[in-house]
Amino acid sequence: MRAFSYHRPDSVDAALRGVSGQSGTTTEAAVKFVAGGTNLLDLMKADVMRPERLVDISRLGLDRIEETESGGLRLGALARNSDTAYDERVQARYPMLSKAILAGASAQLRNMATNGGNLLQRTRCYYFYDTGTPCNKREPGTGCGALTGVNRIHAILGASDHCIATHPSDMCVALAALEAVVRVSGPKGERTIPFAEFHRLPGDTPHIDSTLAADELITAIDLPVEGFAKHSTYLKVRDRASYAFALVSVAAALEMDGQTIRTARLALGGVAHKPWRDPAAEAELAGKPASLENFREAARVLLRDAKGHSHNAFKIGLAERAIVRALAEAAGVEHP
Amino acid sequence: MSQPTGPAPQGHAHTQPAPPPEAMPPEEMEVTLTLNGGRRTLHVAPWTSLLDALRLHLDLTGTKKGCDHGQCGACTVLVDGRRINSCLTLAVMMEGRSVTTIEGLASGDTLHPLQEAFVEHDAFQCGYCTPGQICSAVGMLEEGHARTDDDIRELMSGNLCRCGAYPNIVAAIRQVMDGQSKDGGKP
Repeated sequence: MRAFSYHRPDSVDAALRGVSGQSGTTTEAAVKFVAGGTNLLDLMKADVMRPERLVDISRLGLDRIEETESGGLRLGALARNSDTAYDERVQARYPMLSKAILAGASAQLRNMATNGGNLLQRTRCYYFYDTGTPCNKREPGTGCGALTGVNRIHAILGASDHCIATHPSDMCVALAALEAVVRVSGPKGERTIPFAEFHRLPGDTPHIDSTLAADELITAIDLPVEGFAKHSTYLKVRDRASYAFALVSVAAALEMDGQTIRTARLALGGVAHKPWRDPAAEAELAGKPASLENFREAARVLLRDAKGHSHNAFKIGLAERAIVRALAEAAGVEHP
Repeated sequence: MSQPTGPAPQGHAHTQPAPPPEAMPPEEMEVTLTLNGGRRTLHVAPWTSLLDALRLHLDLTGTKKGCDHGQCGACTVLVDGRRINSCLTLAVMMEGRSVTTIEGLASGDTLHPLQEAFVEHDAFQCGYCTPGQICSAVGMLEEGHARTDDDIRELMSGNLCRCGAYPNIVAAIRQVMDGQSKDGGKP
């Protein structure tokens, strides 16, 4: 690991002073916050990330899980993934989120990783990790090794000629389906970022993962009142039964009126540079009976622009089947 | 592995930046922590992992370095009672924390019940993953979310055993877990 300096501020204001004056987004910043460290320190060992200074925010509080005034739940940015997943209120009101968190990483990593850090974890693309290969995300302008290389785990939706990496989080897929809101503190005070606007598609600037500025700190993630506790699930398909990243994952949440779907939420992981939602696919389900045929139709709509590469075209069919199964489980419909 | 002082030697030594003197990171910082019940103070570079601090600075080589990337679990220790990967933790972040390693589980010559159970069930072959497996199992039982053998497999999935001793590892943990529920207490 390269040399860096380390600072442990004792307040949010002091932490923000530690990153003040930095421009651009947090992805490119030379001074970075560290809390769980599970992804950042790993990337520093791989020489992929090279911060000059780490600001340790792990003792700033921000680790509570509290009710919001609107009846939702506020997840502290520094609450550990394991504490969030096993929180009784999260389990009872947002079971899809609890399931998604517990589908990710290992127990040790979940004990370390924080909610804010989960949002900021970086892709697991092999080429991003390997400094001996080109990667537009790691070194803008060098090209994409995955595009014509080994791309079995890569994106089938929303990718560009510059990058076909995927976002690795499970938690974020459920947060996208729940339409969570990210609370952020910065030099100009607080602001909120709708979850759909937090992560971005690669376009021609794949080195930027999120819209969080380099001088901002995530303080909390707000969950709306509606948690879809009755009719939701998180389905993760991967190469081994545990402790592996998703090839495809689906967060499916339904509001039902008898056997009719009133509203549907669908978010996919492992298929794009960000958790993937598609309003057209969700609209396709609204007002329809919960049936396998209707689920298949929604999956086809969602995947209408899906594009496979040399090794990952299987993900398109896999995603269709995973969507149908997740929706069937959420609706309580028997499925093959 | 990091040396006690100075930047860690890497394969990219020729690309190491030369920070301007005024921005030179400190070579050592003081950290005081509780280690296996005793108070210890050490001086480490900010980039020293807890794993390297344990093995190279504190001579506690029971905690193993496997992948050094959080993928194998050989480096699992307990921090404030919770299992974590010591390879992905900075030693300087441990100020004031309580760290328990495999060396801290036994009481004198009396092994921890999980250590006893691993011996009894022959839950290892080469033994390299064993300290991490046992520390992880201690953490898992403390967390209290495992009920079935499948739960044990899932919640221990962060600890790899390349010898494939998994059936006996599950049996050893199961025995201690059942003993606890019968006694209603923890080891």
